[in-house]
Amino acid sequence: MDGPFLIAIGLIASGDPALTEIIALSLKVTLTAVSIGCLVGLPLGAGLALARFPGRGVIVVAFNALMGLPPVVAGLLVYLMLSRSGPLGDLALLFTPTAMVIAQTILILPIVISLTRSVVEDLWAEYREQLRSLGAGRLRSVPTLLWDGRVSLVTGILAGFGRASAEVGAVLIVGGNIAGHTRTMTTAITLETSRGSLGLAVALGIILLLITLSLNAAAWGLAQSARGRLG
Amino acid sequence: MKVDKVIASATTILPLRLKDMSYSVGNARLLDGIDLTVKAGRRLVVMGPNGAGKSLLLRLCHGLIEPTSGSISWQSQDPRPAAQAMVLQRPVLLRRSVRANLNYPLALAGYARAARSEMVQKTLARFGLIPLAERPARLLSGGEQQRLALARAWALRPQILFLDEPSAALDPSATRAIEDLIFQFSAEGITIVMTSHDLFQARRLAQDVAFLHRGRLIEHGPAAQFFDAPQTPEARDFLGGALIW
Ligand SMILES: Nc1ncnc2c1ncn2[C@@H]1O[C@H](COP(=O)(O)OP(=O)(O)OP(=O)(O)O)[C@@H](O)[C@H]1O
Ligand SMILES: [Mg+2]
Repeated sequence: MDGPFLIAIGLIASGDPALTEIIALSLKVTLTAVSIGCLVGLPLGAGLALARFPGRGVIVVAFNALMGLPPVVAGLLVYLMLSRSGPLGDLALLFTPTAMVIAQTILILPIVISLTRSVVEDLWAEYREQLRSLGAGRLRSVPTLLWDGRVSLVTGILAGFGRASAEVGAVLIVGGNIAGHTRTMTTAITLETSRGSLGLAVALGIILLLITLSLNAAAWGLAQSARGRLG
Repeated sequence: MKVDKVIASATTILPLRLKDMSYSVGNARLLDGIDLTVKAGRRLVVMGPNGAGKSLLLRLCHGLIEPTSGSISWQSQDPRPAAQAMVLQRPVLLRRSVRANLNYPLALAGYARAARSEMVQKTLARFGLIPLAERPARLLSGGEQQRLALARAWALRPQILFLDEPSAALDPSATRAIEDLIFQFSAEGITIVMTSHDLFQARRLAQDVAFLHRGRLIEHGPAAQFFDAPQTPEARDFLGGALIW
């Protein structure tokens, strides 16, 4: 019998269809979740940075705490919502890619919100009077601050992407790891390892590592070049 | 928007009147009972030792902070007219190109894209910034940054310009360039209110002087009178280099 590494290399080199399908689904789920997380989280985080209202501190702390939400707990919550007896049971979303997107969005959103809030808050302290002097109101300052904080924001979002794509607990609970339907890289690794078929597991592990590595390289490269280009 | 703009620049917002204006933070009265009128078309230099309240006074006039008591009112009755601009003591340049920094306030003011790019181009040319136009503003030298900040404030065609230490930390030739620009603005009819630490610069530029000491305005009048015959011992010490704070 070949060692798992040889099998893995073989699978990757031959572009095994089961393997590529799993990778494609994983990336699709995580990319969708990150996009939704940014669409909602960037304006919300910036708003939270500029707004002053009673109870703001509680919300800030809550989102900071939610960054550490254990993925299995997020998965469990989504499961309870979507299960047939749950409040959203009629939508029949449990064990679909959509359910996995929801779970991952819940994991990513607090990261994007907290990151955006802290980046925008710091910038606001520096920019506040200048923007007012130039004629920008509070609301109009939001896109300005997001754009000027773009380097830190993108770096943080890439890290969020890394966390989401490496996550297994939530997608396993709400996706169910159904072959050809909701099987992602991480759930497949879990299953294949427990079944003792290490070839596919190792192949996926290698791909996952490469993705994480290139995300970090991208974040680092971006920060480096931005420092040189933008000051 | 456009129509408002024409009307706004047709009517003068000056003079600016401060009546018994005070500014406090907690129990500290940082500016105390300031009475001051800023007349149209003049160059007023606000002087005083470090911490006297010069920057606060300019920020209050410009409307960046609100007085604790007393009033600051414009001839136009507008609470915060658009036809004014300020160069802060530490100007903040946006993390974008020089061109984008000039474009930004014009976009906020509602100018259409075509008008804007023409105004930006004119401003770049006037301030000698064309070779730097596409450079990231944050990476310019201190002098270049100061020039850009001045250009950005001027681009809005203000009736009054507040300049807080516009040439601090610049070399003599850069300082000279800034002073020339200030004279040109003044000749175009822009009212100038500025602070300076440099007594020689103040002598060169000032038509009027306001002298602040520990948050109080203790002298205000024509420059010649202030420099030749200061009325208060504090001003005499300051001009003689003896008053540190
Ligand atoms: N938000 C604030 N809270 C407390 N004190 C303040 C605040 N802002 C300014 N001050 C104090 O008010 C005084 C006047 O400050 P200001 O910046 O106007 O001085 P300045 O005359 O411009 O001095 P410099 O010549 O050093 O620029 C200083 O003693 C400063 O420490
Ligand atoms: Mg100052």
